[in-house]
Amino acid sequence: MIDWWQALVAPFPPLLLTVAYMLVFILVLFACVAYATLAERRVLGFMQVRLGPNRVGPQGLGQPIADALKLMFKEMILPNDADRFLFRTAPLLSMAPALAAWAVIPFSEHLNFADINAGLLYILAMTSLGVYGVIVAGWASNSKYALLGSLRSAAQIVSYEIAMGFALVGVLMASGSLNLGDIVMAQQGSILHWYWLPLLPLFLTYLIAGIAETNRAPFDVVEGESEIVAGFHVEYSGMGFAMFFLAEYANIILISALTALLFLGGWLSPLEGILPAHAFHLPVIGVLLGSGAHWFIAKTSFFIFCFLWFRATFPRYRYDQIMRLGWKVLLPVTLIWIVVEGVLLYLQLPPWFD
Amino acid sequence: MLIQSTVFYFFSAILVASALAMISVRNPVHAVLFLVLVFFTSAAIWLLLEAEFLGITLVLVYVGAVMVLFLFVVMMLDINLAKMRAGFARYLPVGLLVGIVMAVEMAVVLSRPAFDLQKPEAKPADYSNTQELGELLFTEYIYPFEIAGVILLVAIVAAITLTMHKRTRAKRQSPAMQVSADRAERVRLVSMDKD
Repeated sequence: MIDWWQALVAPFPPLLLTVAYMLVFILVLFACVAYATLAERRVLGFMQVRLGPNRVGPQGLGQPIADALKLMFKEMILPNDADRFLFRTAPLLSMAPALAAWAVIPFSEHLNFADINAGLLYILAMTSLGVYGVIVAGWASNSKYALLGSLRSAAQIVSYEIAMGFALVGVLMASGSLNLGDIVMAQQGSILHWYWLPLLPLFLTYLIAGIAETNRAPFDVVEGESEIVAGFHVEYSGMGFAMFFLAEYANIILISALTALLFLGGWLSPLEGILPAHAFHLPVIGVLLGSGAHWFIAKTSFFIFCFLWFRATFPRYRYDQIMRLGWKVLLPVTLIWIVVEGVLLYLQLPPWFD
Repeated sequence: MLIQSTVFYFFSAILVASALAMISVRNPVHAVLFLVLVFFTSAAIWLLLEAEFLGITLVLVYVGAVMVLFLFVVMMLDINLAKMRAGFARYLPVGLLVGIVMAVEMAVVLSRPAFDLQKPEAKPADYSNTQELGELLFTEYIYPFEIAGVILLVAIVAAITLTMHKRTRAKRQSPAMQVSADRAERVRLVSMDKD
């Protein structure tokens, strides 16, 4: 099928093709983001024994489109003395990094936009830019609550980025590469070869720090409605608000995809090493059972579900306890595990580090 | 080649323009954001020079962490703009003098033969800048690298000690104690007779 496609697109210049692929991908991603909002409301509804939106279209599937139309036609209110330019730019600043990071994510062995050597570093740099949207929004709104929310967010994101960075250091020590494709290939073998097992503390740290980075419950003091109304986006309405909303879900999808790539073997099939090798050569089922983008999407979806699940389960952290968790629990855990991992690497412990 | 130089001039124009804007805009928050743009664009130019590790690290460290804290501080300052602009004419001669001295110094240093660099050859596509840097840092330059690390550690410890002063009268909570509290010390179940 790939040969057939390459023959079809051969007459077009590669630059044009890449741009076309990117446009298609961004459209698909936006659709995923829109339906993540529906998934959140339905899953929360299910967990809280209520229905959730189910009126627009079958099973409420038209709800994201209805919401988008409503938000697009609403007036975008500009507060008094707000910084006009920055107020309008801030939603874009929080959306753009979440999209830019996808440039290096590999969907399967040969399916990616840019296969760069420093992929993991690039991801870390891009996700660290997302905080600007929140800070700029809080300042440009000229509102006390928004500023308080953005200050909380800046402190929280900078704190958890450190634990997150150390978790990534563990991954690149184990795989010996910054290239995301190589990191996945280094986990090849079976479900027990994936890094969730040898790097379990780092895996949990990464997931927790990821929730804090995306300002999701239980770490959503940035918008804590009981304390500071809605935090940094209290003054936003219409499309500006929608952009922040979309950026939050785009970030959730990104962090889920990264967790799947770094700790759960990305596109690798969990059935590897369990089923006999000839099972993967069966006509149609073999493709489904074997490694491929569908496993990556399935793993990502699982983590997205976890994000929703945590929101329904845990009460919100108090602000000083968030800081304590980040600096006094997660950071030491990662530091200790990096040392332990160094010892394991030195001993060349099979099956992961040999 | 054409694309490369177009990209270079594009980023350079943004870099110069935002650097000028950074020192000339009135609002300090805007100035900080222009500085962020300067860092980001220089990172892009470094990428053009095939120094992807340095370029991405510049974004990660300076844009992603240092400038966030900078912005954090500047946003909370209550700056009187009129007062700040009042001294412009008075400080102009000093500023010009410092600027001229810096320009002359840079001209002297950069015109030395050591800076007479040849145009580097483009590396093949599988060349990993990150790996080359890592191998140099952890073999040839391991001692300077580790000494720099220790100096930074000392700086961190010093900075933290400077800000740590125990306020004896202030009441504060200990989250560790709060987290470890259990039901037995908070609630007492009493069985009472029905009446």
